[in-house]
Amino acid sequence: MIQDYLVLSIVLFCLGMLGVITRRNVFTVFMSVELMLNAANLAFIAFSRLHQTMDGHVLAMLVMAVAAAEAALALAVVILLHKHKSRLDTNVFSLLKG
Amino acid sequence: MEHSVTYLGYIPLMPLLGALVLGLLHLFTCRGKALPELLYGALACIGPLLSFIFALVVFFHLKGLPAEERFLVHNAFTWFAVGDLHVDMGFLADPLSSLMLLFVTLIGSLIHIYSVGYMAGDENFGKFFAYLNLFLGSMLILVLASGPVVMFVGWEGVGLCSYLLISYYCKETENVIAGNKAFIVNRIGDLGFVLGMSLLFWAIGAGGFDYLSLKANVDKIAPATGIAICLLLFVGACGKSAQIPLYVWLPDAMAGPTPVSALIHAATMVTAGVYMVARFSFLYASHATAGTVVAWVGILTALLAAIFGMFQKDIKKILAYSTVSQLGYMFAGVGIAAYSAGIFHVFTHAFFKALLFLGAGSVIYALHHQQDIWKMGGLKSKLPKTYLTMMIGAFALAGCPPFSGFFSKDEILFSALATGHTGIWLVGVLVAGMTAYYTFRMIFLVFHGEPRDAEAHAHAHEPPAVMTVPLQILAFGALFAGFLNLPGIFGGSLKVSQWLAPSLVDHHPHVSVWLELLAILTSIAAFAIGITLAHRKFGQGAQEPEFTGFAKFGYHKFYVDELYNAVFVQPYKAFGGLISRFFEPYVTDCHVRLSTWLYRKAGMAFKALQVGYVRVYAIYMVIGLSLMSLFLSQTIH
Repeated sequence: MIQDYLVLSIVLFCLGMLGVITRRNVFTVFMSVELMLNAANLAFIAFSRLHQTMDGHVLAMLVMAVAAAEAALALAVVILLHKHKSRLDTNVFSLLKG
Repeated sequence: MEHSVTYLGYIPLMPLLGALVLGLLHLFTCRGKALPELLYGALACIGPLLSFIFALVVFFHLKGLPAEERFLVHNAFTWFAVGDLHVDMGFLADPLSSLMLLFVTLIGSLIHIYSVGYMAGDENFGKFFAYLNLFLGSMLILVLASGPVVMFVGWEGVGLCSYLLISYYCKETENVIAGNKAFIVNRIGDLGFVLGMSLLFWAIGAGGFDYLSLKANVDKIAPATGIAICLLLFVGACGKSAQIPLYVWLPDAMAGPTPVSALIHAATMVTAGVYMVARFSFLYASHATAGTVVAWVGILTALLAAIFGMFQKDIKKILAYSTVSQLGYMFAGVGIAAYSAGIFHVFTHAFFKALLFLGAGSVIYALHHQQDIWKMGGLKSKLPKTYLTMMIGAFALAGCPPFSGFFSKDEILFSALATGHTGIWLVGVLVAGMTAYYTFRMIFLVFHGEPRDAEAHAHAHEPPAVMTVPLQILAFGALFAGFLNLPGIFGGSLKVSQWLAPSLVDHHPHVSVWLELLAILTSIAAFAIGITLAHRKFGQGAQEPEFTGFAKFGYHKFYVDELYNAVFVQPYKAFGGLISRFFEPYVTDCHVRLSTWLYRKAGMAFKALQVGYVRVYAIYMVIGLSLMSLFLSQTIH
C-alpha cells in the first residue's frame, strides 16, 4: 500500500527534477519546482496516514504555505528578469560564469 | 659605604623633560602660527641650567665626604633582569662623573643660551632646541650611568641626536649625507662597544654588571679576554670620539649649525669615548698592551688630524680637525694610564673648544654664513669681543702657558715621557707645534691683515650680547681652568688629579724635576716655533695659495674618504645589488611566489565548474544530495 504512494511520489519528484534540469523557460522551471514540492507533500501525507499521526499533515500544510509565499516572490523575480533582459531563457542569466 | 640620593636622577631628567615639552609644543604648533622664540629659548635653557645646579649640589655633596666614600648612587628602578643579568636604571656619581657633569652641564647651558641668539629667525626654532635638550640629556645619562648597559643608552642617544642635528638643515642633500655618515660610522663603533660589553658580561658579569661590582671582580678576567674586551670597547670609543680609522665623520659633522658643532666637540659626544676608557680604567690599567694600542692610535690620530688641519680653508673644518687632534692627545693620555691627565684635558678642551666654535659661529654670523678663511681678514676691529675671546681660545688650544690647554697637554706629554713612552712624547711635541701653527694660521687669516672681501667686511658687526656673554664666560674658563690642576713644579698640587684619584686607577711616577722641566720647555718651544711660522707666513696679507704636491694631498685629507668609498662603500653597495638581483628573487622570494602560483593554478582548474547556468548548479545539488543520502543510508544501518 504505502509503496504505491511512495513510488508515485518518487516519480513525480524525478519528473520535477528533470524539468528543473532540462527546461530553459523560467516558468517551466518554476512549475517543476512546485511539482517537486508536491511530490514531497504526497510522501508526507502517506507516512502520516501509515503512522496514524498528524505530523505529516502539519508539515504538508507548512510546505503549501511556503510554496504559496515563494510563488508570490518568484513571480515578482520573473517579472524583474523579464524587464531586465526581455527574455525568459535561463541560459541568458549566466553572470556567475567563472 | 655608599650614599643613596634621589636627585641624581633629576640631572638627566631635566633636559629630557625639556626636550619632551619643546618637542610637543613644536609638533602641535608647527603648522599654525609659531610661538614666540623667547618662550622656546627660556624653556630650552631652564633644563640645562637646573641640571648644572644639581651638578653643583652633587659636587659639594661629594666634597663633603671623606675621599674613599665619594660614591653617590641612585637606582631609579629595575630595568630588566634576565638570568644573571640584572640591570638597574642606576646612576652613579663619583669624582670622575661629577667633574664630567660640571663642565657638561655648564658648557651645555652656555651653548643653549648662545643658540638662542644664533638660531634667531630659524623656522624650526622649537625643534632645534628639543634636539639640543635631548642631546644634553643623553650625554648626562651616559656620564651618570652606573653600569655599561645604562651607559649604552646614553651612548646611543648622543649618536641619534648627533644624526638629527648634523642633518638639521635637511633641505640640502649634503647635510643629510653628512648626518648619515656620522650615524653609520658611529654604528660601526657601537658594534665594537656591544661586543666588548657582551664579552665583559660573559667574563665577569655574573657578579653584578655595574662599575663598582665589575671593578671588584676585575681580577677574574683571563689576560687574553681582558685585552679583547679593552680593544673592542676602544673600537666603540674610536667611533664616538673620532679616532683612526673612524674619525671621518667628525669633519663632515660641520654641516650642522655651529652651536651643534660646539656641543658635539666640547661637551657631549666626542668626549664620551675618553670618558668611557677612563671609566674602565680598572680594566685598561691591568692590560697594558691594550693601553699601548690606545695610546698609539690616539697619538697617530693627533698627528694625522694636525696635518689635515694645516691645509683646510673652512674655519669650522680647521676646528674640527683640531678636535680630532686633541682627542688623540686625550687617548694618548688614558692609553699610557695617565687617566687623570686625559680627563683633565677633556675638561680644559671643553672650555676652549666650545669657545673657539662659538667664536667661529660669531664670525660666520657676522659675515652672513661665510666660512672660507681666505675670504675673511681684518675682522679684529669689527668684532673686538669675538677677537679677544677667540684669541684666548687659540692660545689655550695651541698650548701657550699659562692658558688652560698648556697645563693639560703638558701633563699628558710629561706623563708619556715619565713612563718611558718616548715615541709618543716625540710625536706629541711635534703635534703641539703643528697645533700652534694651524690655530694661528686661522686666527691671522680671519682677524689680521687686510680684509679680502671688502663688502662683507663693511657689513660685519658684533653679534648680540646673548652670544658674546657666553663667549666671555668660556674665555674665562679657557684662561683659568688650567690652574685647577697646577703641577708641583709651579707650586700647585694637582688638585684635579687628586680629586679624580678615588675613581681612577692612576699612578703618578716620581721623576726628576729636570725631566719635568724638559717636557715643559719642549712644549713651549714647539708652541713658539709653530706660532712664529704661522706669523711669518700668514701674519700680513697672505693670499690663497694654489695647493700643490703635499699640500694638495693634505687638503684632500690624504684621499681617505675616497679610499673608504672605494674599499668599503662601493663593494658593499655592489654586494647589496648582487643580493637584491640574485639571492632575493631566486632564494628567499621563491617560496612565496610558488604558493601564490599554486593557488592561482588551482583556481583556474576549478573555474571550469562555474558555468553560470542555474540548471547546472541544480545538477550539482542533485548529485551532492544524492551522494549525501547514499552515505547516510549506508551508515545508519
